[in-house]
Amino acid sequence: METLLMLIPVALILGGLGLAGFLWSLRSGQFDDMDGAAQRILFDDDDDAPPPPGHRQE
Amino acid sequence: MTGPAALCRHCGTPLEGGSGAEEGFCCAGCAAAHHLISAQGLDLYYRRRSLDPAAPPPRPEAEDTCAILSDHVVPLPGGEASLSLMVEGVQCGACVWLIESLLTRQPGVTWARVNLTTRRLALRFRPEGADPDTILAPVRAVGYRLVPFDPERLESEDHRRERALLRAMAVTGFAAGNVMLLSVSVWAGHAQGMGPATRGLLHWVSALVALPAVVYGLRPFAASALAALRAGRTNMDVPITIGVVLTSAMSLWETIHNGPHAYFDSAVSLLFFLLIGRYLEARARGRARNAVEHLLALDARAVLVIDPDGSRRMVPPRRVAVGQTVLVAAGERVGIDGLVTEGCSDVESGLLTGESVPVAAGPGSPLYAGTINLTAPLRLRVSAVGEETLLAGIVRMMELAEQGRARYVALAERVARWYAPVVHLTALSTFVGWSLLAGMAWQPALLIAVSVLIVTCPCALALAVPVVQVVASGRLMRRGVLVKSATALERLAEIDHVVFDKTGTLTAGRPLLCQDGGWNADDLADAAALAVRSTHPLARALAAAAPQVRPAEAVVEHPGLGLSSPDGVRLGSRAFVGVADSDEGAGPDLWLARPGRSPVCFSFADSPRSDAADTIAALGRLGLSVELLSGDRPAIAAGLARVVGITDWRGGSGPAAKVERLTALAAAGRRVLMVGDGLNDAPALAAAHVSISPANGADISRAAADLVFQGARLAPLVEAIGVARMARSLTRQNFALALGYNLLAVPLAIGGVVTPLIAAIAMSASSLLVIVNALRLTGGRR
Repeated sequence: METLLMLIPVALILGGLGLAGFLWSLRSGQFDDMDGAAQRILFDDDDDAPPPPGHRQE
Repeated sequence: MTGPAALCRHCGTPLEGGSGAEEGFCCAGCAAAHHLISAQGLDLYYRRRSLDPAAPPPRPEAEDTCAILSDHVVPLPGGEASLSLMVEGVQCGACVWLIESLLTRQPGVTWARVNLTTRRLALRFRPEGADPDTILAPVRAVGYRLVPFDPERLESEDHRRERALLRAMAVTGFAAGNVMLLSVSVWAGHAQGMGPATRGLLHWVSALVALPAVVYGLRPFAASALAALRAGRTNMDVPITIGVVLTSAMSLWETIHNGPHAYFDSAVSLLFFLLIGRYLEARARGRARNAVEHLLALDARAVLVIDPDGSRRMVPPRRVAVGQTVLVAAGERVGIDGLVTEGCSDVESGLLTGESVPVAAGPGSPLYAGTINLTAPLRLRVSAVGEETLLAGIVRMMELAEQGRARYVALAERVARWYAPVVHLTALSTFVGWSLLAGMAWQPALLIAVSVLIVTCPCALALAVPVVQVVASGRLMRRGVLVKSATALERLAEIDHVVFDKTGTLTAGRPLLCQDGGWNADDLADAAALAVRSTHPLARALAAAAPQVRPAEAVVEHPGLGLSSPDGVRLGSRAFVGVADSDEGAGPDLWLARPGRSPVCFSFADSPRSDAADTIAALGRLGLSVELLSGDRPAIAAGLARVVGITDWRGGSGPAAKVERLTALAAAGRRVLMVGDGLNDAPALAAAHVSISPANGADISRAAADLVFQGARLAPLVEAIGVARMARSLTRQNFALALGYNLLAVPLAIGGVVTPLIAAIAMSASSLLVIVNALRLTGGRR
């Protein structure tokens, strides 16, 4: 029983962290250009800076 | 390097002699672009790029669209400004890298990013440092076309809904996973003797996770169900909403009373599955719409207005006023309706009338929006803008024709119309049967009735259509066919008759020299030497037939008439070369007159697309009758019909006649697929049972069509019909699977023996079965 009291909150918190992470990445535009992201990795330039804060990419 | 097989080092087109070929470039623009890229040290682009052979190469154009960039610059806090542009010509990661590298090296640019999926460029720069035209100049010089757009306008309602669906999917997915984890413990506890207190605790935790997720994830369905009920209809979302709400309510009731049956896992995973289907469907449709919007935006060109004081400015067509003077350069599309005040030229009105031969225009001739001015600049006095143009009239005709199609009811809706009442009646009679006839107390009887609703909740049924739609439109998109409308594939599967437009649809839309023996190689060489100097489509076709010829010097173009060189050679219309007006030929022709020799006639025909005849034959094998409906002269329509193997043809049909013909066909019970590209086809496209338009057609016809196909071949058409038919049979199989599952599960539920475990297994299994069945359509991956 004690294990349950510990494991259930742990499972929920870990899952919730995953969910929060996904919602954050969605909001920050990381899912806007899946094709582009797959191609960018082939060009090892360092001018691949992330968008400025507050920017919503189209 | 200059052999016939050599390719331009920048754009990759085969080189055909002429200036610049020695260095390996096809034109000065390409050479400049190559030097620009090398000078910046970005040669990696040429090694990394993978050009799509079907797509036009990035080739700099001498004159680009002159859209007003400053109108679209949005100032941002902190002194920066942002600009959103559509980019034409982006094909691969190398293009993205090249554009971003070129832009970030420009002074004043703080950030530039190209989205490869939507082919849009987001730019941030310091407006005091540079103006946008200068910043973007190198990108244009390399050969990409840039058109500004308003991100607010394109950030459409659908796009927001798609994001909301994705968020709801994430939340319900999280909840489904965790609740299922807890449910497995409860099920295992049944076998191992879990105490009621532990079970109660697990149920409470499930409720805590599931209920907020259900409230969040159910909103899209509840909104649609409410809208349907308010309109006095019912759709698939009504039983879904009722089912999920009742499941959650009953589970909460059981949890409060420490009962054994909580269905939180079923409620949440049901929502999760359904949201996956909805999201994928929305995304597939969004991609198609996005691609079409891209095509539309690239066509919006500004109009050059000449003010009374002689100053010139570029104005969007909708802001031009009647009575103003507009200059239309040679080779430009006319943006407004007007009367020619100055200049003589040839005008191609193929998109508007379906006629492939350009007509001469001089002072006093009316010109319509959508036509192309070919040989010389024209000044027009604007006679109509906006709603008054011929174009707008065609749009109105189209909207009228579209109303008929709005009545089409999708298969899923038809099923839902009888499914929902049947299910709710079954649940009601179960309750009545147990409580009145079998004398059960009302609470357990209600529980059984609710469990009937739970197992009949149309999870698999609601997934049956969207999953097939997503897989089918994904497969078609890889073949260059964009599915714009939700029911397009369903309607496409039903057709029994195909109506083709001629110019630009069955044909390539440009004339080709006929090898009819009326001329010899010498004649051709002499004529082509003059023809190279002109942009008239007939002259271009002539020049293309003799690519190795040396261009003649000092050629004078007489707009609307022809070309002449100082040594007395004339190439042009019958009247221009002085031939007595004898019999009119079947198609367009050019005459060559040389001093001391008799005139030679070159005749032309608009050549059919390379696989037109094969496509017609393939359509015949699919059991479809084919008809040609052209706005061009009957003789030309008949000639083409013979070449591609169509026996049923009609010429000289205007927009209204085309709609009339389609209405007559529909009245005769035919289900017609209309294939057309021009403005004159748009009303017919809207009136047909289903319609397809090529991507290079007029924007309005692309907007009217249900599907848009890309590329120079007609084969995607046959593929689309094939996929639509397969999608139809898979959809029907899926319905059969989903209903079969209900036939098995409902008697169990009515008997009162369904437990949460059985419900969960049955529901997930049927949903997975439906999805796996739909995935059979993915075959034929490139």
